Amino acid sequence: MHEYPITEQIIKIASGKAKENNARSVTRITLVVGEQSGFIGESIQMYFDIISKGTLCEGAVLEMENIKAKWYCPDCNIHYTRQPFSFACPDCGNDGMPTNIGKEFYVKDIEIETE
Amino acid sequence: MAEKEIQVVQNIFDENDRIAFATQEKLGKMGVFVVNIMGAPGAGKTSSIINLIRQLSENKVYVIEGDIESDIDTVKLKELGIEAIQINTNGACHLDAPTIQSSLDGLSFDKPGLLFIENIGNLVCPAEFQIGEHIKMLICSAAEGSDKPYKYPLAFEKADVILLTKCDLKTYVDFNDEFFLKGVRALNKTAPVFEVNAKTGQGFEDVAGWLLQKKG
Ligand SMILES: [Zn+2]
Repeated sequence: MHEYPITEQIIKIASGKAKENNARSVTRITLVVGEQSGFIGESIQMYFDIISKGTLCEGAVLEMENIKAKWYCPDCNIHYTRQPFSFACPDCGNDGMPTNIGKEFYVKDIEIETE
Repeated sequence: MAEKEIQVVQNIFDENDRIAFATQEKLGKMGVFVVNIMGAPGAGKTSSIINLIRQLSENKVYVIEGDIESDIDTVKLKELGIEAIQINTNGACHLDAPTIQSSLDGLSFDKPGLLFIENIGNLVCPAEFQIGEHIKMLICSAAEGSDKPYKYPLAFEKADVILLTKCDLKTYVDFNDEFFLKGVRALNKTAPVFEVNAKTGQGFEDVAGWLLQKKG
């Protein structure tokens, strides 16, 4: 459900950029979606097909680049993927800290068609 | 006809965040300190608000109640003489900045004070959207179990203060304090954790004191 307003936002961003570049239509939109962003690609796609009708983005291909969440251990200076029910570093066993890797949620680029 | 690739790199939250910042600034200038209250359904969000308002009696308090449907909580608050309005999201799982901005007209803001915004009961999406708050308060009940930081890390990471409610139930639900706090601290080094009991009011004096200090 919460993908609906966010999908409107994606179309707004892409259409705005397309207009700036005198595009006839947008043929592709690439989204970067972190695992921890809380957004589901399939759900965005479903709304996208409905909301984009009649906009510059109608018919565009939505491409998702998914990013896995990473934790950081300052003692070992490594990034790692956490195990369920644990935040422990796989090397030293201490709890590391969360990072921004995996929280991304942005429009990376678009492909447009011009006259 | 030509095809062309264009770099965008624009955060999809940008517009939401811009509106959130405007709300935060506007209310801040009026001396209203905004608290975004997040927590699972049944964690005790409304009871905690009521207990806090009792402790904050010297201060004007406003409440925005977010609910998917119904206005049960708002009716309860109004009966207690609290200035409150209801937002129904009709299915949406969280509040966002535009929704809050457009609901502000429903409150008088005739005095400086505090605004509590009760977010939708859900530990996932409310943590992702700024709504114009100065701080995020996470309400977590002992009855939910001690594994919540591990299952919903973002909510704990983003919280400025954490209330552990229903602490009288700890022994009945095998709540593991050490496991809970270890998880909280891995995610969040600074947020204070207050143990409270909304039935007896225990612990809320300390939370209110902390809030007023934070409000400044
Ligand atoms: Zn390590």
